[in-house]
Amino acid sequence: MTIDVQFRAQRGAFSLDVGLKLPARGVTALFGHSGSGKTTMLRAMAGLEHCAGSMLFGDEIWQDHAQGVFLTAEKRPIGYVFQEASLFGHLSVQDNLEFGFRRTPVSKRRVDMLETVEWLGLGDLLQRSPVNLSGGERQRVAIARALLTSPELLLMDEPLSALDGAAKAAIMPYLERLHAELSIPVVYVTHAVEEVSRLADHIVQLEAGRVVAEGPALSILSDLHRPAMAGEEPGAVIEASIREHDDAHHLSELVLPGGQVVLAPRLAADAGSPVRIRIPAREVSISLRVPEGTSILNILPGRILDHEEGDPGRVLVQLELEGKKGKSTRLLSRISRYSWDRLGLREGMVVQAQIKSMGLAHEG
Amino acid sequence: MDWQPVWLTLKLAGLTTALLLLVGTPIAWWLARTTCRFKHAVSAIVALPIVLPPTVIGFYLLVFLGPHGPGGAITQWLGLGTLPFTFAGLVIASAVYSLPFVVQPIHNAFESVGKRPLEVAATLGAGPWDRFFSVAVPLARPGFISAMVLGFAHTVGEFGVVLMIGGNIPGETRVLSVAIYDHVETLEYGKAHILSACMLGFAFLVLLGLYLANGRIAGREGRA
Repeated sequence: MTIDVQFRAQRGAFSLDVGLKLPARGVTALFGHSGSGKTTMLRAMAGLEHCAGSMLFGDEIWQDHAQGVFLTAEKRPIGYVFQEASLFGHLSVQDNLEFGFRRTPVSKRRVDMLETVEWLGLGDLLQRSPVNLSGGERQRVAIARALLTSPELLLMDEPLSALDGAAKAAIMPYLERLHAELSIPVVYVTHAVEEVSRLADHIVQLEAGRVVAEGPALSILSDLHRPAMAGEEPGAVIEASIREHDDAHHLSELVLPGGQVVLAPRLAADAGSPVRIRIPAREVSISLRVPEGTSILNILPGRILDHEEGDPGRVLVQLELEGKKGKSTRLLSRISRYSWDRLGLREGMVVQAQIKSMGLAHEG
Repeated sequence: MDWQPVWLTLKLAGLTTALLLLVGTPIAWWLARTTCRFKHAVSAIVALPIVLPPTVIGFYLLVFLGPHGPGGAITQWLGLGTLPFTFAGLVIASAVYSLPFVVQPIHNAFESVGKRPLEVAATLGAGPWDRFFSVAVPLARPGFISAMVLGFAHTVGEFGVVLMIGGNIPGETRVLSVAIYDHVETLEYGKAHILSACMLGFAFLVLLGLYLANGRIAGREGRA
C-alpha cells in the first residue's frame, strides 16, 4: 500500500509541484528549508489546504481534481500535530484529549485513552488548564490528542521546533517510541537533520516546491553525493543494536548490521534495543595499517567505495565495512586532500577506519 | 413611583439584545472570515448608527416602516399592520440602532480566535457547525459578554430613535428616557430626578461590571 500524492499550487511567487508515492508504513520525513513547501504539502495532505491535484491513501480517494473529489480535513482519518501545540484554551487537558476521541465513532476507536495518557505521562496534568503547562507538556498533550482520534495517518508539522533544547531532548524519546510502536504511517515535516537521522525511515527532500531527493533514510543520509542535507556536516546514519553496557567506563557496546562491535558513550536505552547512530564524517579518519598505542577505541577495516572532492583541500570518502552474511555498513570520512595523495588512496583499497568514540554520540 | 417605564425599558433592551445576538453573530462571523471585496462596505454600513444622529435613523425607519414604505407594505401584507408607534416597531428600531455595539465586539473576538483552533478542530473530526459552537463561540466568550452588555445598555439609553418611531404611548412605547423627558416638560423635577438617578447608577454599574469582567479575563490569560 502506498500514499500517492500529486499536488500543484501557486501562492504568489511560490509554486509547489510534487508527485510522490510514499510508503504507507514507518516515518517519512519531509525535509527542507523554510519556504521549501513542506508545510504546504503536509497541509494539503490533511485537507487543510486545497491544492490542485490528487491524493490516494491506499485505494481510498481523498482528493481528485479531475473527479471533483475533495475530502475536508474532518472527513480524513488523520491525526495532525501542529508546530505550536494549539491546545484549546477554554478546555482542560482532559477535555482537549476527549475532543477528538468523542468525535471518533466507537467502532473505529483503536487507541485507548488510559494507555495513551500513561504512555505520554499526562496523568498528573489532566485537570490542569493548557495555559499552565510548559511547552513540552503542551506538545505531549497535542500528540496524545491527535493519536486519540485513532488516525490511519499521522501528520506532524515540526512538532519540536517551538521547544527549547531541554524540552526537545525530553520529548524525543516519545517520538522514537512512536516510530517503534505505531503501526500507522507518519509524515513528519522538519528542517533539522538530527530529527531526520533519529526518526526517519524514508526521506523526501524539498527545495523551492520541488522534490530534489527521495528514498530510504539510511541510504539518503549516507549518500556521498548528497552533501545536500544542506549546509550540515555530512555523516553516516547506521542502525545498530546495544549488546551491553559497561558502566565502569561509561560505555555501551553496539553491534553494527555486519556484526562488528563498536564502543559508544553510555546510551540510555536498555541492552538489546535497537539504536540509530550518526557518525559525522569529520569523526572518521583513515590509516593504512592498524595503528598501535592509540587512544582511539574503534578501528575497523573497510574498503574505499567512492570519493568526492568537495571543499578545497578536503576529500569526502565513502567506506564499506564488510560484515557477516553480506551485510555491510557504509561510513563517510572526511580527510585532507594532502592525506589522500600521501597515502596513495584510491577506490577498492582496504584501509582502517578510525572512529573516535565520541563520534558515535546519539545526537551526531 | 411609576414602574411601568422601567419594566418596559428592560423588556425592550432584553428582547433587542436577544434579537441582535441572533442577527449580529452571523454578520460578525462573516466579517471575520470572509475575503469578499464587499467586506469593508458591509463593515461601514454596520457602523453607520454610531455616527448618524438618532433622528436620522428614526426618520428613515419611520418612512420605511410606515404605511407607504416598503417595510410597511410587507408588514401589512403579512397582516401585522404598520409597526411605527408599536412595541414591535420599537424593538426593530432599537436593533438597528444598537447593531454596531453587538457586531463589533463579537467580530473582534472571532478575529482574535484566528484560524488555527478551527483547523485543529477540523483535524480532530469536527465539522463546520460543530467547530463554530464548540470552539469559536467559547473562545470568543469575552466578545459575547461585551456585546450583550453594550447592546443592552445602549438600548436602555436610547432616546431620539424612540421618540421618532415610538412616540410616547404609556405601556407600549413610553420607555425611561422618554418618561424623564416628559417629566421635565411638565416640570415634575422630583420624578425626573428619581428616574435619572436610577439611570446614572445603572449605567455606572454596567460599565463597572464590564471592566471588571474584562480585567479578570485579561488577568487569567496574562498568566499563560
